[in-house]
Amino acid sequence: MSEHKIDLTVNGHRHSATVEARTSLGEFLREGLGYTGTHLACEHGVCGACTVRVDGVAMRSCLMLAVQANGCAITTVEGLAKPDGTLHRVQQALKDNFGLQCGFCTPGVAITLATVLEDNPSATTSEMEEAMSGHICRCTGYQGIRRAIRQLAGEPA
Amino acid sequence: MNYHASSVGATRYVGERTPRKEDGRLLTGRGQFTDDVQLPGMLHIAFVRSPVARGRIASINLDVAREMPGVQAIYTQDDLAAIPVQMMSFFFTPIESPVTLLADGRVACVGDPVCMVIAESRAQAEDAAALVELEIEEEAPVVTIADARTGPLVHPDKDDNIAAEMGDEDMLEEAIQPLLDKAPHVVTHTIRHQRIAQSPMECRACVASPEGSGEMTVWMGCQSPHLAARYVALVMGLPQESIRVIAKDVGGGFGLKNIPWREEVAVVVAARLFGRPLKWIEDRYEALTASSHAREQEVSLTIGLDDEGKLLAGWSDYACNNGAWPMGEDANIAVHMFMWPAYKLPAYGFVTRGWYTNTMGLGGYRGPWAMESLIRETTLDKAARKMGIDPVELRRKNLIYLPDQPVTSNMGIEVTDITPGECLEKLVANVDIAAFRKEQAEARKQGRYLGMGIATYIEPTGSAGAMAPMTGETVQLRIEPTGKVVAMLSTHSQGHGTATTMAQVIAEQLGVAYEDISVFEGDSAIGAFSPGAAGSRQGVIAGGATWKATEILAEKVKAVAAHLSNAPVDAVTIDGGMVHVEGAPEMSRSLKELAEIAYGEPARLPEGMASGLEAQFRYQPPPMTMTSAAHCCVVEVDAETGFVKILRWISSEDCGTVINPGVVEGQIAGGLAQAIGQVLLEDMPYDARGNPLAATFKDYLMPTISDVPDFEYLHANTPSQTIGGMRGVGEGGAIIGPPTLVNAIADALAPFGELGGETGEVTLPLTPSRILDVIEQRDVSGHHAPAEKTVAAPVAEEAPAEPVAEAPAPAPALAAASIDGDWDMTLKAPMGGQTFLAHFETDGTALSGYLSAPEGQQDFSGGTFEDGRMKFEVKVDKPMKVTLKYDLQASGDTITGKCKMGMFGTAKVNAVRA
Repeated sequence: MSEHKIDLTVNGHRHSATVEARTSLGEFLREGLGYTGTHLACEHGVCGACTVRVDGVAMRSCLMLAVQANGCAITTVEGLAKPDGTLHRVQQALKDNFGLQCGFCTPGVAITLATVLEDNPSATTSEMEEAMSGHICRCTGYQGIRRAIRQLAGEPA
Repeated sequence: MNYHASSVGATRYVGERTPRKEDGRLLTGRGQFTDDVQLPGMLHIAFVRSPVARGRIASINLDVAREMPGVQAIYTQDDLAAIPVQMMSFFFTPIESPVTLLADGRVACVGDPVCMVIAESRAQAEDAAALVELEIEEEAPVVTIADARTGPLVHPDKDDNIAAEMGDEDMLEEAIQPLLDKAPHVVTHTIRHQRIAQSPMECRACVASPEGSGEMTVWMGCQSPHLAARYVALVMGLPQESIRVIAKDVGGGFGLKNIPWREEVAVVVAARLFGRPLKWIEDRYEALTASSHAREQEVSLTIGLDDEGKLLAGWSDYACNNGAWPMGEDANIAVHMFMWPAYKLPAYGFVTRGWYTNTMGLGGYRGPWAMESLIRETTLDKAARKMGIDPVELRRKNLIYLPDQPVTSNMGIEVTDITPGECLEKLVANVDIAAFRKEQAEARKQGRYLGMGIATYIEPTGSAGAMAPMTGETVQLRIEPTGKVVAMLSTHSQGHGTATTMAQVIAEQLGVAYEDISVFEGDSAIGAFSPGAAGSRQGVIAGGATWKATEILAEKVKAVAAHLSNAPVDAVTIDGGMVHVEGAPEMSRSLKELAEIAYGEPARLPEGMASGLEAQFRYQPPPMTMTSAAHCCVVEVDAETGFVKILRWISSEDCGTVINPGVVEGQIAGGLAQAIGQVLLEDMPYDARGNPLAATFKDYLMPTISDVPDFEYLHANTPSQTIGGMRGVGEGGAIIGPPTLVNAIADALAPFGELGGETGEVTLPLTPSRILDVIEQRDVSGHHAPAEKTVAAPVAEEAPAEPVAEAPAPAPALAAASIDGDWDMTLKAPMGGQTFLAHFETDGTALSGYLSAPEGQQDFSGGTFEDGRMKFEVKVDKPMKVTLKYDLQASGDTITGKCKMGMFGTAKVNAVRA
C-alpha cells in the first residue's frame, strides 16, 4: 500500500500524518486522530452519518480519501460547539425538539444543517429539509428534526 | 391511583418535555459507541461468509490468506469448537437448529459465517478474508415458505422444515367452519409481508478483552448489558460474574440486538482462545444481508359477521419464514394471542407455523407479532367496504370499551383496563370524517384519489414474571454527601432516553433539581438483572421501580430531618434540594447539609437508622400492562405514477402516565416511520438461488424525511395498575402504523376495486408498480410470482419428490408393549422446544407418572393407555395457567403425538426411551 504524508486542520487544530492511500477521510478522522464523533454507518455515501465540513463544504467522509483532504480545513461535530461549551444553534435546536434518539446519525445531521446555515443564515425550512433528505435516521421518524429545522428558520416549531 | 397527588416536590417534572440528559454528549460527538473503544494491543476481525445458500463445504484453503500482512490468526469452526457453545433463544431455551458460531461442514444461507480472520487492522483482515479459498458443493436451496413445504430439508437431521408449529387444524371443521357457514357475511383476506432488514444506524459491534484468568470485559451493541452478559455466560457455560458487558451508547436496536448472536459470541470465544482484545464492527453490507432479518410472513384471515356487522367467528392460517438460523424457532403464537383481546369475537381458531429455509435467520423486530393488527384491521375494512358499513361503525360494534371489562378473550387473555374504543372516540372527535368524505368525492371527480385509513389496537407491554428473561427492575438510589443524587439502573437506551425519564421521576418525587441527578446505566456491573429494552417495558417497570425507590429515599430524608429538628415527619417537605420544616423556616437545611450529617455524623441520626442516604427497590409489576391506540391517516395516491403521499396522520394513544411527552411521541413517530417503510419502501428480496438482493441503502429503501409526514398526537391518560401508572409505548407505532396506512391506500383505490384484487392477496411493500397494477386492473393481486427456479446444474442433492408429511398419522397400534419407565420427551412449546423426562406407569389401562425438568416435576394420574394410545392431562402454572392435554401413540421405543395447550393451540410431542 502506498503511504502519503498529509497536513490538515481539524476543528482549528493542525495535524500531520502518514496515511495509506486507501484510507477514507472518515476512518482517518476516527482511528488516526480520535475524532470519534464522526460515525460511519453505511460507508457507501447514502446515509449521511459521516458528513463533515471540508473547506466549508459538507462532504461524506466515507466517500473521500484522507489523502484528498491534504491541506484542507475540516470541521467535525466536535468542532461545532464553542470552546466554552455553548452549543451551536443547530445542536441547540435538535436538543430543544427531541431531534435525536440513539444519536448515531446526529453528527452528520448537525454538520449538514450547520453548513446550510453557514452558507445562508436565513435558509428556509424547505431548503433545510431538502438538505436533510440526504440523511437517514432510523429512530426519530424525523419529527424532532423537522421541528428543529422550523425553529432554525424562525418559524414556530 | 394518581401518583401526582402524592409527589414530594412541588416542582413538576413528570409530564414535562424535559430536555434529554443523553443529548449533551451525543450532540457534541462525545458519546461512546462500541467502535469508539480502542484498547492497547487490540486486533480486528473480518468474517468470511458463504456466497451460496446451501451446500457442503468441500474445502477451506487458508494458505494464501495466512501469509497476508498483519494476519495473526484465521479461525474456522474446528478452532472455535475448543470452547463448547450452545446457542440459546431470548427465552434461554436451546436453539433447535444445529447452529454453530461458524459453519460446521455445511452452509445453510448466503452470509453464513465460515471463517474469522484476525489481523492488526480492519483493512488487513478484510484483505485476507478476500483470499480465503472456499469450495462449496452447491445444492438447490429452499428459499420461500412455499419451497419449504415441499423442498429438501434445510437441516438434514430434522424430520421436516417446520421450525415451530402450533394451533389445532381440527378446530376449523369442528368449531369454526359451522359458525362461518351460518354467518350472513364471510370475508377472507390475505397478506404477504416482505422481509425486513432491521437496519439500526449503528451496525452490530463487539469488542472483547480477556482479563486475568477467566474474566472478560465486553463492549457490545446490545439492548441490555445485563442480558448480554447473562446470555454469553450461559451459552459458554461460564459464571455470569466473569463477563462484564458495557454498552454506554448504542445506535438503535429494534430487537436485532436483544441477544448477542453468532458473530458477537464468536468474538468473545476467539478473544478467549487468542488471549488478545478483539474488535468486530459489522459493515452495512453484512448488516443488510447477514444480520437477523424480520417479518417475512403470509397470513390469511377469514371472519364471519352478522347483518349488523357483529363478529361471529374467525379462522387464521399463518406462516413465517424462520430462515436457516433463527434467533429462536418461532411460529409467532403471539399473533394469535393478541389478535382479538380488544374485540368481541366469540370463536377463533388458527394454525401457525414457522418454516426453515436457506435464507438469513429470523430475529425479533419492533412488535414481532404486529401482523395481528395488520391482518385484523385490513380485513375489518374490507368487510366494511363489502357490507357498505362505515369502518368506524364496524369497529364500534365490536370493540371493547371500559364498561365491557373485565373480559377474557377467546384466547384466554383477560383485559381489565384497555381503552381502544375510547381512543377511537377521541380520534373521531378530532377528525372531521364527514368533511373528508366530501373532499374525497370532489377529488375523485377530478381524477385525484384520496383515502382515509383508521385502525385500532392494543399492545401488551411491560411483561414480567411469565417468561425467563422478562422480569422486574432494580433501582439503587443515593444522595451523595455533596447533596447530588445518583441513580444506578439496569435500563438501557438505544435512543429511549431512559436516563432522562428516570431522572424526571426522581426529581419530581424527591424534590431535587433535574440537573442535580446523575443516572448511570449501560453496564452489567451496576444495577441488577433486567432484559433492558425488550417488549416496551422500561418506562413501565423501571419507571415504577424508580418511583418507589425515590419514595423510600424521601421517607428517610424526612425521618432524618424530623429527628434533627425535633419535628413530626409530616411537617417535613423537600423542594428544590432544600429540606423544610413546616412552621420553622429557620430549620431549613440543604440536602447537602443533611447528607453530610447522614454520612459523617451517624450519631445524630435516629436510633438504629443506617448511616448514609441510600435506597434500593426491585419492582415486580403486574404480569402485563396493556396500551391502546387508534390512528388515522389520509393519503393521496397518484393514479399516473402510483406514488402514495401521506397528507395527515393522527395518533390517539393511551399509554397511561406520560413521563415525558417528547420521549413518548418520539417512540410513536419512530415506530410509524418504520411502518411507512414496511408498507411503501423497504424490501429484502431473495432470488431463486437464495441470494439476498438488497446489498446497499440504494437497494434497501429506508424512509427519509420526505417520506414521513408531520404526526399529530392526542394523548389519553388512563393510569395503569403499575406504580406510577405508565403503559409501554416502544413498539406501538410499528404495530398500528401498517394497517392504518394500508387501509388509507385501499380506501383511496376503492374505485378501482379491492387492493388485493379478486384473489384477496395484498403483497407488501405497496410499491408504485404494485399500486399501478390495481389502478390499471393488471394482475390485481399485486403479487408477482417468483420466477421459475433456474439453479445451475450440477446440483448435488435432488429434492425429494414427495411433499414433507405435515403430521404423520399415528401408527396403527402394534403390539402394545409396556411403556413403563423413563422417556426423553420433547414438546414444541411457544418459547421453543422443551425437553424433559417423562416417567410412565401403567396398571391395566390406567396411566400415571410424572414429567420432570430442572425447573420442577409435575405428577399426573387418571390417564388412559389402550392399544398404545396414551391420554393424560397435566396442569401447569407457567408461563400461564393451562391444562396440557396429551394424546400420544407409543410404538416400540418411540412415542409421537400431540399436546393441546389451551390458548397456545396444539404442539407436537416426540419421545424416545431414556
